[in-house]
Amino acid sequence: MTPRRPVDTGDPDRLYTVTGGRSRVDDDSFDLVTLIVSECEPTAGMQSEHVRILELCRHPTAVVEVSAELRLPVTVVRILLGDLLATGRITARHPRAARSAELPDSALLKEVLLGLRNL
Amino acid sequence: MDSATSELPARTPLADAAETGLKIVIVGGFGVGKTTLVRSVSEIRPLNTEEVMTQAGIGVDETAGLTTKTTTTVAFDFGRISLNDRMVLYLFGAPGQERFWFLWDRLFSGTLGAVVLVDTRRMSESWYAIDRLEHHRTPFVVAVNRFDDDVSAFSLAEIRQALSLPDHVPLIDCDARVRSSGKSVLINLVDHLYELAMAREMTP
Ligand SMILES: Nc1nc2c(ncn2[C@@H]2O[C@H](COP(=O)(O)OP(=O)(O)O)[C@@H](O)[C@H]2O)c(=O)[nH]1
Ligand SMILES: [Mg+2]
Repeated sequence: MTPRRPVDTGDPDRLYTVTGGRSRVDDDSFDLVTLIVSECEPTAGMQSEHVRILELCRHPTAVVEVSAELRLPVTVVRILLGDLLATGRITARHPRAARSAELPDSALLKEVLLGLRNL
Repeated sequence: MDSATSELPARTPLADAAETGLKIVIVGGFGVGKTTLVRSVSEIRPLNTEEVMTQAGIGVDETAGLTTKTTTTVAFDFGRISLNDRMVLYLFGAPGQERFWFLWDRLFSGTLGAVVLVDTRRMSESWYAIDRLEHHRTPFVVAVNRFDDDVSAFSLAEIRQALSLPDHVPLIDCDARVRSSGKSVLINLVDHLYELAMAREMTP
């Protein structure tokens, strides 16, 4: 595995620029495993991180994968995704159970087991 | 070939029908074999990323930017298993030390369950993780990653006692480097979760 570039400590200004100075996003909006799908192609003049996200998410891609691919902290990616969601450029497929304190039901777990056994 | 090789593909696209992301967390001390386990069962080479947040984790000052000294960073890695066309399971390897738990509470809410990975030469490093998972009522199993140079060869019964692990928590041996072994750890966990769910659903 390639060692991580410490984007946060190395160049805090970059993060600040990427997010337009914002540091907060509604944390409930994107789970780590929410799957993101592009709804359009990038257009000229778009912020480069937005372009990258739209390219990556031509196929469903989890928030955490976007973060790893862009080499940006999850917090920053959430902000960028929020922009794209607000303008209808992406859709988000949210995990079923992530936001509830509820434990997963047996039917779901049975499907997981089947998938694991078939590996 | 059964043992994990380094020849996993870089990230591949998911099926277009993929709609449900699921999470399992692997927790344990540094060097216990978390990344090795993730790699042995993942369909992609493990990726890593990081989260930036305030030390307290909650109640962030709205005016505090990412550049302020109040923020801190935690790195974690993850792998992926497509269970079928619709469901994809993400496996997160996360440090189990006390100072990282603020990350857990925020990032890993909604996990199906957890695997606590234990090195018998450093069992005390697992205590905090086990306490915390019990406190949070996150279901988990404990997997003992047997290293070749571990000469102590504690039995599972001895390890259960050393960890003060209640009888209802599954405790198993594994070799994190071996795919079939890693797979069996995950099946063990999900079997356990299934039993818990069935018991819950039977109770009126
Ligand atoms: N002999 C042996 N070495 C292992 C085993 N599991 C992991 N290792 C090695 O131990 C080191 C640390 O493992 P790693 O997965 O990076 O630990 P992590 O810090 O928990 O992610 C690596 O060099 C692994 O190759 C095992 O079961 N047996
Ligand atoms: Mg590791």
